[in-house]
Amino acid sequence: MSTTESVTIAPMRIDAPQRQTLPPRERLEQVFDIDELTARYGGRPAIKSVSLDIYKNLVTAIIGPSGCGKSTFVRCLNRMNDLIPSFSMEGSIRYHGQDICADDIDPVAVRRRIGMVFQRPNPFPKSIYDNIAFGLKVNGMKDNLDGRVEAALTKAALWDEVKDRLKESALGLSGGQQQRLCIARAIAVEPDVVLLDEPASSLDPIATASIEDLMHDLKQDYTFVIVTHNMQQAARVADMTAFFSISRGAEGQRWGELVEYDATEKIFTQPGDKRTEDYVTGRFG
Amino acid sequence: MDTLLSVAGLSRRRLVNRLMEGLATLAAAAAVALLAFLVYSVAKRGGGSLSWDLLTKTPSTGGFLTSSNTGLANAIVGSLVLVGLATAMALPTGILIAIYLTEYARPRVRAFFSLVLDVLAGIPAIVIGVFVFGLLVVGHAQSGWAASFALACLMLPFVARSVQEVLLLVPNSTREASHALGVPKWRTTLSVVLPQTVGGIITGATLAVARVAGETAPLLFTSSLLTSNDVSTNPSHALFSIPLAIFEYSESPDPHDHELAWAIALVLMIFILVANLGARALAGRNRRSLTGR
Repeated sequence: MSTTESVTIAPMRIDAPQRQTLPPRERLEQVFDIDELTARYGGRPAIKSVSLDIYKNLVTAIIGPSGCGKSTFVRCLNRMNDLIPSFSMEGSIRYHGQDICADDIDPVAVRRRIGMVFQRPNPFPKSIYDNIAFGLKVNGMKDNLDGRVEAALTKAALWDEVKDRLKESALGLSGGQQQRLCIARAIAVEPDVVLLDEPASSLDPIATASIEDLMHDLKQDYTFVIVTHNMQQAARVADMTAFFSISRGAEGQRWGELVEYDATEKIFTQPGDKRTEDYVTGRFG
Repeated sequence: MDTLLSVAGLSRRRLVNRLMEGLATLAAAAAVALLAFLVYSVAKRGGGSLSWDLLTKTPSTGGFLTSSNTGLANAIVGSLVLVGLATAMALPTGILIAIYLTEYARPRVRAFFSLVLDVLAGIPAIVIGVFVFGLLVVGHAQSGWAASFALACLMLPFVARSVQEVLLLVPNSTREASHALGVPKWRTTLSVVLPQTVGGIITGATLAVARVAGETAPLLFTSSLLTSNDVSTNPSHALFSIPLAIFEYSESPDPHDHELAWAIALVLMIFILVANLGARALAGRNRRSLTGR
């Protein structure tokens, strides 16, 4: 892996000029209102009692050590975990006020509004063009297909690199290009929220930087939730940061829980919890 | 010698080791020799009678004491019709079974169905034959339909299992990618999963065809009482077939018929060899394109 989290020693300096100060939370528009979320695989809890709000047009980072349930948490937000037979959850996830886990909600409709980019680039074994066009066709966005494909690739900063080989297989692209293609594929269908589950963990620093720039440019139109174990990345891209940690119970049980959730700057400079401080200063473990 | 590493009976141990290795190698060589010998002897005896007439003409029903049997086009066409119909029945059903098992069934159900398919694959062809005889022929008449249904029963577990195997090769991440776009499950299966497995499905189907093309037992019960020696493609009455032709002509008192039996056996064998090799080449290519290796 090309990340550098192990060398972090002191609290990170955050480039102040780039960062606009956030308005107070009550003035932000809620996208998700998550209350007492507990998720289990085969009866064993992966995360317990997580409550937090996610706000519109912000980048929210989920950080924490391996195994603290970061991925489990974001996969709850678009009901991706439904595909795992042993999964069960309690608590509520309200998306613009609507409970996405209610019986009369179709998970397909949820995922239509809440897209996802995965840890490893996973383009379809189709052409570059068809990778984008497939989601558009399935979702009935067939008007101006070429234009929509171009727009999505342009937003993902990939158009110039692939415009002459749209009909070639997406599997021929480099890892960073594939991941940007996956981002283009996710935003082409015009979702409201894009969840990114460690999108840069298999990429080199240059590809990582281009994906971070992308999020920065696109957050006017989308709400991003990014899982990362790279703290510099969270500090660079996120407006809000949630720190998850592992709790241990009797009989060797362990589960993830939310320790602290605040503006990124606060989390990295004046954390309110000792565990957060230890983690962001590299004293963890 | 009385050093630390000396072992009593070392030379005997070495000898036993060599003997074991030799026997195992010999057994493996025997399998290759068996195939080579089989191909050689069928080719030698059948090669002489292999001719264009064999493939295009039909046995004449003509004169008394005339060795005028010239061709077995009716058997070839009959086999094509029977195997074609069997494939048309077994392939879609097998693909659907495999889709159910990999995409929908829970692990326990999947294990149960996989076991059922394996048991079904192990049922002897003659048992399938007599079963279909009781089901479709008794009270009706022999027909190509009954025969192809029997062949389809034999093909089904092979098709289902081989398609299941290629579906399992499709990485889960592409399924997730599709779901994350708000694509319904059926559409994900049809548009994302299945297209990646076309090569594997063709391979599985070809191997299953090669397997049942030579099946004789079910055809004896269901499609052996012929009304004419003409080429027919109508499956509502009994159709002649290559395995039956081999069986009947090799039992004929006329030595000329024996040659025909060998020749048509050679045709069947070549078909099966080509199908097997072709399917395996295709399977390798498909595996490489899926795994990128």
